[in-house]
Amino acid sequence: MYKYNEFDEAFLAERNAQFRAQVERRIDGSLTEDEFKPLRLMNGVYLQLHAYMLRVAIPYGTLNPNQMRTLALLAEKWDKGYGHFTTRQNIQYNWPKLRDLPDMLDALGEVGLHAIQTSGNTIRNTTADHFAGAAADELTDPRPYAELIRQWSTDHPEFQFLGRKFKIAITGSSADRAVIKAHDVGLQVVEQDGKIGFKVIVGGGLGRTPMIGQVLREFLPQADLLPYLESVLTVYNVLGRRDNKYKARIKITVSENGIDTYRAMTEEAFMAIRGQYDGTDQQLLEEIKTHFQAPEFRAAPTDAFDAAYANDPVFRAWADTNLAEHRADGHAIATISIKAHGATPGDATAEQMRVMADLAEQYGYGELRISHQQNVILPHVHKNDLPAIHATLKAHGLATANIGLISDIIACPGMDYCALATARSIPVAQEIATRFDELKMEHDIGHLQIKISGCINACGHHHVANIGILGLDRAGVENYQITLGGDATETAAIGTRTGPGFAYDEIVPAVERIVEVYMAQRESAEETFLETYRRIGMEPFKAALYPEAQKKVA
Amino acid sequence: MARAFTPKVITANDLLEGDVIYFTAEDTWTRELSEAELITDEADAQLRLLEAEKQNIRIVGAYLADAKAGPNGPEPTHFREEFRRTGPSNYFHGKQEAEANV
Repeated sequence: MYKYNEFDEAFLAERNAQFRAQVERRIDGSLTEDEFKPLRLMNGVYLQLHAYMLRVAIPYGTLNPNQMRTLALLAEKWDKGYGHFTTRQNIQYNWPKLRDLPDMLDALGEVGLHAIQTSGNTIRNTTADHFAGAAADELTDPRPYAELIRQWSTDHPEFQFLGRKFKIAITGSSADRAVIKAHDVGLQVVEQDGKIGFKVIVGGGLGRTPMIGQVLREFLPQADLLPYLESVLTVYNVLGRRDNKYKARIKITVSENGIDTYRAMTEEAFMAIRGQYDGTDQQLLEEIKTHFQAPEFRAAPTDAFDAAYANDPVFRAWADTNLAEHRADGHAIATISIKAHGATPGDATAEQMRVMADLAEQYGYGELRISHQQNVILPHVHKNDLPAIHATLKAHGLATANIGLISDIIACPGMDYCALATARSIPVAQEIATRFDELKMEHDIGHLQIKISGCINACGHHHVANIGILGLDRAGVENYQITLGGDATETAAIGTRTGPGFAYDEIVPAVERIVEVYMAQRESAEETFLETYRRIGMEPFKAALYPEAQKKVA
Repeated sequence: MARAFTPKVITANDLLEGDVIYFTAEDTWTRELSEAELITDEADAQLRLLEAEKQNIRIVGAYLADAKAGPNGPEPTHFREEFRRTGPSNYFHGKQEAEANV
């Protein structure tokens, strides 16, 4: 894991001291809110419905146990005892006080964490595959590149006032777990003629105009990463619209000008910019890579795992859903669900955070990950330790066996917290999870991704959900639109709207009817919801959702 | 035809605490919507908002929110303002918690 050097530490301490002084000047009246707002946003401080909110970046989703313990400390000391993990590998605190924020940032700085550029029209936290460095299907660990991008983009003077926010995601695997096609720039590490490079995707994004990213460069040599990214950003800075906030994202720039024009302009800028890079970035990259060396995975028998798997059905159910294939023999990637049925997706208490930190320290080679799916991951565990890990998780409400299932729901904070929201999303997620838990159908239904957004900005990624739910305000009443067939993986697709929306108390029954259609129509238990949808299309679902309309047609 | 004016209250967030506050007829701020001034005259509304914004050193983001007269003072007409005066629905936090502790 990357460890801050003296430069990083000094930079962060100075930045935090500046913010502390800015807060003081706001309180004593030297700064107006109009002057203060951009300053606080640059440091991740929002003002939401009920309170301030602090958004802390978890770069490429990686944490060490001490960092996780500090997140717990913040939750306990300055918040209400919990934190909310978001869909972009950040953690949000919903109840800080203005005077406490500088102290919170200082505490984070002690363990190499910050909230810089978690807001504003800048390059945001670069997210990565949460299984990076551990997945069996990975070409190479993408996190050193993500760290290089973090260092390059942090406080980059040219990119502090972009037309709009800018999000980058990276994966080292062809199986996309980082939703790279729904980012402003998506990077996939690829190999060509034995050399490592990147496939560069541009212009993806969700929000009010959802778009799947397009390939800008099939193969970009590793050494050209920063100059090429700089070229992409430079073109965006020049070509991107600033007249209309809703047309300012790069997806609109690419779509209005065409991918070929965007590519030609990027390549032209690249010719000029590449020469400015003298190889220092590559030296830095080599140094960064030394921080990300894989642990020495131990060789040991898996008898304890095998015995528990054979004899303990609860453990077996958890192992079947929450484990993924690790690249090292005898190891597994364990996803800890922080979505117990009926709980708020993505929330963890301070105590749970400490438990997970302890487990990572004791069994997990000191590593934790946060996924955009709002769960926590122990990326490296020996299988023989899993029964003990599972027992501890069970004791702290963390052993829910639902990864990838219908209750593993992404939900944005929605109207319960967010100032932009038009409807609630959390209670909808809670009720869907509770309902399908009662029905005891979850494991039978199998892989099914529900994602819920409380407004058109789509933080809940509803467009790329198998069943997407979008909460809107229709004449002063919450109303929920459903989309079907979205896909957040390497076969990314935007879902299609079923038709008119549903009232708050109709949305869970509507989801149930959709699932009933799937269960009745699937060819086998192995055919997933998405596969069935792709085979049978929208009509059978529409018929179940809108029986009245069908009658009229008949 | 211009839309008929609906009654309003002035609401904002407290600078230090960040919580929801309402402007009273006495030019002070209260944490209770029921104690807010209900503005029924359109011409008055903008003037009162200017008056409230004079206190920008202590508050953030004052705006006019729809409200209606109730037996115990102003009440929200939209669910957003209902959440703002109560708190989130997933935890007993915010104003509902503060009131329970009185």
